Amino acid sequence: MYTQALNAPEEGALIEDASRAAHFQARIDAEERIEPNDWMPSAYRKTLVRQISQHAHSEIVGQLPEGNWITRAPSLRRKAALLAKVQDECGHGLYLYAAAETLGASREELVDAMLAGKAKYSSIFNYPTLTWADIGVIGWLVDGAAIMNQIPLCRCSYGPYARAMIRVCKEESFHQRQGYEIMLTLSRGTAEQKEMAQDALNRWWWPVLMMFGPPDGASQHSDTSTKWKIKRFSNDELRQKFIDATVPQAQYLGLTVPDPAMKQDADGHWIHGPIDWNEFKQVLSGNGPCNRDRLAARRKAHADGAWVREAAAAFAAKRKSRRLAQAAE
Amino acid sequence: MATPNTPLWEVFIRSRNGLAHKHCGSLHAPDATLALQAARDVYTRRGEGLSIWVVPSSAITASDPADKGMLFEPAESKIYRHPTFYEVPDEVGHM
Repeated sequence: MYTQALNAPEEGALIEDASRAAHFQARIDAEERIEPNDWMPSAYRKTLVRQISQHAHSEIVGQLPEGNWITRAPSLRRKAALLAKVQDECGHGLYLYAAAETLGASREELVDAMLAGKAKYSSIFNYPTLTWADIGVIGWLVDGAAIMNQIPLCRCSYGPYARAMIRVCKEESFHQRQGYEIMLTLSRGTAEQKEMAQDALNRWWWPVLMMFGPPDGASQHSDTSTKWKIKRFSNDELRQKFIDATVPQAQYLGLTVPDPAMKQDADGHWIHGPIDWNEFKQVLSGNGPCNRDRLAARRKAHADGAWVREAAAAFAAKRKSRRLAQAAE
Repeated sequence: MATPNTPLWEVFIRSRNGLAHKHCGSLHAPDATLALQAARDVYTRRGEGLSIWVVPSSAITASDPADKGMLFEPAESKIYRHPTFYEVPDEVGHM
């Protein structure tokens, strides 16, 4: 659910075959979907493998901040909902890995790249979940931002990615409502609970705005992605849509968006103050509050599960060899 | 150490409304039993279906996109295969 504009531009990409490339672009321009076995420029394939796998990694790592509160959810109802949500994130990661694999990457190689720290995931998951209100804010804002990003991806030119996104978006709307309901309950609660909600909003607001990626002027790769109809709106356009949708929701909660410079323009758009892009760069390059924790947790889970994978593979091999032996008799 | 590869399966689900099994995605599993269980967890969390098929991806033979013209164009010119090709007077009513 958490795609983010992380991709560096692909320079010096060779056009393998001018006429094939022209035909490919004509298909894209005609809004045709590209399918796995169709010819595609290698830069298109590479861009997609990177974007889809980063998106998948984000879903998988995204389970960690929320998983932190499953055992401490304030009621059985909230615990069941949070469990279902975290399970969905895992499912979303799997749909996305499967989409990336249709481009010729293997699941194992993608997972290994993430565990080795060579692949990126959304910077938002490198922030800690300090209170229960953070679970509310993640559902409301982090999933809300993800939905903004993902709805246009349902019309992405690559068929398997678009289809995975349709499934993800259908499931995602429950996540956002779940988060907003938590925020509503807290903001209508005791003074202390309301303060907790405000504190969570204060901590997450800016990192959530950063989820849409660098401002348009600074994001060079957008051109090819736009031409290939992988990306349909610019980072700033999506960020603006998100802010316009969110500010009234915060007002309804009686919470204050922590941006003293925010003002509404003549057209009704909410204009944000300056974003600290240095913080974004720091978190992306590994210096966020939880980068090391997140990677360590994924590595531990992978290592702890190794015996299960080995046992299942050994069992499957044994049964197969028995079947073959019986067939030979 | 690189993680060893686990076989890929294609998942087909028959939804409640009595339609045929429909492809809904793929997953990795060491054998058919585990593939079915994983398909149930990954693809039917919201009552999407009443029956699941899993098929090893390697067992599927697909047509080549390059053969698209040869395979499918011949049907395009055969408009007489469609009911709208034939004229039936209005007086005859629905047919």
